[in-house]
Amino acid sequence: MPPKARQREGSPFTGLGPVFMKEFADHLSSARMMVLMLFVIAFGAFPVASSLQQLRTITEQDSYLFLRIFTSAPESLPISFVFALNFIIPVMAIGLGFDAVNSEFNRRTLSRLLSQPIYRDALLLGKFLGGLATLAVVLTALWLIVFGAGLLLLGLPPRGVEVARGACFLLAAIAYGGVWLAASLLFSVIFRSTATSALCALGLWLFFFLLWPMIASAITMGFAPSQIRSAEEYLAVEQLGLVLSRFSPGTLFSEAVVGLLNPETRTFGSMLPAQMRGVIPGAPLPLDQSLLLIWPQMTGLIAGMIVVFAAAYVIFQREEVRA
Amino acid sequence: MTDNVIEVRGLLKLYGATRAVDAIDLDIRRGEIFGLLGPNGAGKTTTILMLLGLTEISGGTVDVLGFDPVRQPLQVKRRVGYLPDAVGFYDHLTARENLRYTARLLAIPRRDAEKRISDAMESVQLADVLDHRVSTFSRGMRQRLGIAEIVMKKAEIAILDEPTSGLDPHATFELLEMIRGLKKAGVAVLISSHLLDRVQSVCDRVALFNHGKIALMGSVVELANQVLGAGHPILVEASGIDIAAALRGIEGVQTVVAQGEGGWRVVADRDVRAAVAQRIVSSGGSLTRLADLQPSLEEVYTRYFEEARHAA
Repeated sequence: MPPKARQREGSPFTGLGPVFMKEFADHLSSARMMVLMLFVIAFGAFPVASSLQQLRTITEQDSYLFLRIFTSAPESLPISFVFALNFIIPVMAIGLGFDAVNSEFNRRTLSRLLSQPIYRDALLLGKFLGGLATLAVVLTALWLIVFGAGLLLLGLPPRGVEVARGACFLLAAIAYGGVWLAASLLFSVIFRSTATSALCALGLWLFFFLLWPMIASAITMGFAPSQIRSAEEYLAVEQLGLVLSRFSPGTLFSEAVVGLLNPETRTFGSMLPAQMRGVIPGAPLPLDQSLLLIWPQMTGLIAGMIVVFAAAYVIFQREEVRA
Repeated sequence: MTDNVIEVRGLLKLYGATRAVDAIDLDIRRGEIFGLLGPNGAGKTTTILMLLGLTEISGGTVDVLGFDPVRQPLQVKRRVGYLPDAVGFYDHLTARENLRYTARLLAIPRRDAEKRISDAMESVQLADVLDHRVSTFSRGMRQRLGIAEIVMKKAEIAILDEPTSGLDPHATFELLEMIRGLKKAGVAVLISSHLLDRVQSVCDRVALFNHGKIALMGSVVELANQVLGAGHPILVEASGIDIAAALRGIEGVQTVVAQGEGGWRVVADRDVRAAVAQRIVSSGGSLTRLADLQPSLEEVYTRYFEEARHAA
């Protein structure tokens, strides 16, 4: 074996720009993008339209009326816009990433591409950033449309703090998309078949979306003592349930969104009477306090994105180029 | 200062316990066409990938234009053009867009790139389809587009992996012409192939791969002498007299073997065609065919592997 001390020369980011630009342009002009947009409109427009209908009838004072467009679930259809996003974003991210690497392989462009002066690092990172940028463009457009519709139909401008909370919410949504994009990229590196990779990514999403909440509560039940005698015991059990459910990126996203868009949120678990001292019920937190509250969730989402991407990176570096 | 563009010493590639490439030595000179020949799975593609730094080297050293593909792959890849086996392009893009992407990866300035793209497409006779989508291209056109990419890159070395496989005879002929064109432009060309007769016509030197080792290396004539023995084979077709006896009487003739109906394969130590013609005609026979038999790589190859099998 040659000595491992030999280091490669040149920046790993050589060629990152062209790869990113091509991926971005390909995504924006692809037919798949049109389908995803239709999907987003179909699933996003209805909750927004219904909640706007409902909000127009509200007469009482509400200083965060604008944010209610995102969170209120109309009676006719118990889905809020945020809830719809909770499954639109993963599907969109998976749709953008599931064939990122294996399609290059199947089209036999991978070895030609890698024989140009770039490292694999640049190729994978360029693909990821291209997908993330596409996702960001779509989500921002969606966000602007919702804000615009709110302006038109409610006839009142959002306050600065509402815009700021909305912008933070947008960042959380992009980070959430990044997690699923990295996951689908990982599957596209592992599996040569695009169908298998799409299936696995969707399967993982369904697992977290449908099964994981049940599994988490089952595990919590299993660990819970037969009789809860004290508040401490109750809190411990609840804490375990929360920790388990937070393994799902969807939970992290929902909590971040609730913290941002419902300024009244103070905690995601229970509050002890001691903690309630001095609290004015229903009073909104200032933005910086809400940000502090959701900081762990945001960190978790971004860390998850980086960890999954790193896994894809390691596997891709070891993969053989030849057919 | 040597004139070798590629120098390989003791190159080794292990897949577990199997030696895919087993300690080979290889030199490729500036401006020559070098053929890597051998059956599928003999280690040709693996060798190529190691030259480009696309797969890890288990042992030995490689020097490509003074660079080490393990440590300086970007420098190597900037100067070496690679046409993979059954090359792929982005079907939804046009030929121009495909080449433009490569040009961007190579960091060629935009104004320069457009000129180089159209010149390269001109040189492979694809200028008229420059703005057509690659999905409409035939296999031969894709291979030519691959050559255009190498031309655009202004590579000093072109590595072509099975460039003629799956092409019809006409497309093969055109592609080989383009490979000769690369050589004329001063590019060293490395071709890997299992299609011997086609490659024979363009290669200056060849290396015969077998089970990860280079079994034979040299020009086609050298190999023929080495494997088939020295000699100058010709084919004679004649009738009317005792041809075999007449032929054996000619000075320099070593063996005369009947081959087919009224044909004889003659091996001599020099070109005896004039003497053969004279002898047959003067003794009243009718000469219908007199052909110089070039040693064919196919023959060398078949004979070598037969002998290798017998030896085993």
